[in-house]
Amino acid sequence: MNILSFLRPKSTLPTAEQAKERLKIVLAHERSYASAPDYLPRLQNEILQVIARYVELEQDKLTVKLENFGSTSRLEVNIDLPKTAASVVAGPASQADRKSDDPDAAADEPATDARAVL
Amino acid sequence: MGKVIVMTSGKGGVGKTTTSAAFSAGLASRGHKTVVIDFDVGLRNLDLIMGCERRVVFDFVHVINGDARLNQALIRDKRLEHLYILPTSQTRDKDALTREGVERVLTELREQFEYIICDSPAGIERGALMALYFADEAIIVTNPEVSSVRDSDRILGVLQSRSRRAEEGLDPVREHLLLSRYDPERVERGEMMKVDDVLEILAIPLLGVIPESRSVLKASNVGTPVILDPQSAAGDAYRDAVGRFLGESLPFRFMRPERRGLFQRFLRRSA
Repeated sequence: MNILSFLRPKSTLPTAEQAKERLKIVLAHERSYASAPDYLPRLQNEILQVIARYVELEQDKLTVKLENFGSTSRLEVNIDLPKTAASVVAGPASQADRKSDDPDAAADEPATDARAVL
Repeated sequence: MGKVIVMTSGKGGVGKTTTSAAFSAGLASRGHKTVVIDFDVGLRNLDLIMGCERRVVFDFVHVINGDARLNQALIRDKRLEHLYILPTSQTRDKDALTREGVERVLTELREQFEYIICDSPAGIERGALMALYFADEAIIVTNPEVSSVRDSDRILGVLQSRSRRAEEGLDPVREHLLLSRYDPERVERGEMMKVDDVLEILAIPLLGVIPESRSVLKASNVGTPVILDPQSAAGDAYRDAVGRFLGESLPFRFMRPERRGLFQRFLRRSA
């Protein structure tokens, strides 16, 4: 952000807007977690351990979400498999190498990778 | 063996987290392998200031409870290869940080990292005590304002009596003063205490003076440590402070009002 920024195309939001966007995302995420039971991290870890027995997998390739819909809850397990392993375990590997540190992206694309809705 | 540094102040809102983010990024950008830990259990915020809030899966408390391994909880910074973040938990359990648990994690981190920065919560409750207990060095973040200076004095007393080094009779925790939100124009008008006034009261060595700067808010808006902003006076001041911490002798800047022309005014404003 300097005097030269006037010369560049105005592609980025003002920082205050960026702050608002970041807060909205993180709070939406945290509010949904506020009522989540404490076993989620352990559950995530155990699922990870089982999968890791078959496929080499990094910790951040797996997300566990619990969402509430009125009287029911949905437990969502999202696993990004490496390309080579994905064809064996999860069918098409089209999106298996998608960046996974984005919880919303994972939630918005229902037809990707290995997913279990319990 | 890594060194444990606590960022503490007693008072809230003086810039501990901003300083933790800036200092850890400054050390890492000079090639020192550094980790910054959020000790504010229940009120996680370091992740937002560091811009990694969407990458948190496991946290400090998971590691303490054995629910995750340390390396699963450490978040690698995307900008600096030597920088890692250990976020805190959102749990409301006040007893989540046990002394044994914290010690175990810090011992493991000491083997992997050169510097371990502990971002203390405000107050003198458990989280703040745990953050300072194992410290080798302490950076006291203080604003030139009465309540902040008084609370800094209190926390110095706690460091000198209730840290591990004090309890075990080892060499005392090395103390450094970091004066932040300093406004030289108000100092000149006599509306704000001078650096020397604060130094006289607290009587610990001065590590840095960070000028009040708009760039600090802008940096937090976008989740970037302000030290990574090359145009920011606060960033410059933090870079100097990191240099002094590493033993360099640097003159203190930003302690007098800038005399500047219209053009410079414009430059600074847009920075």
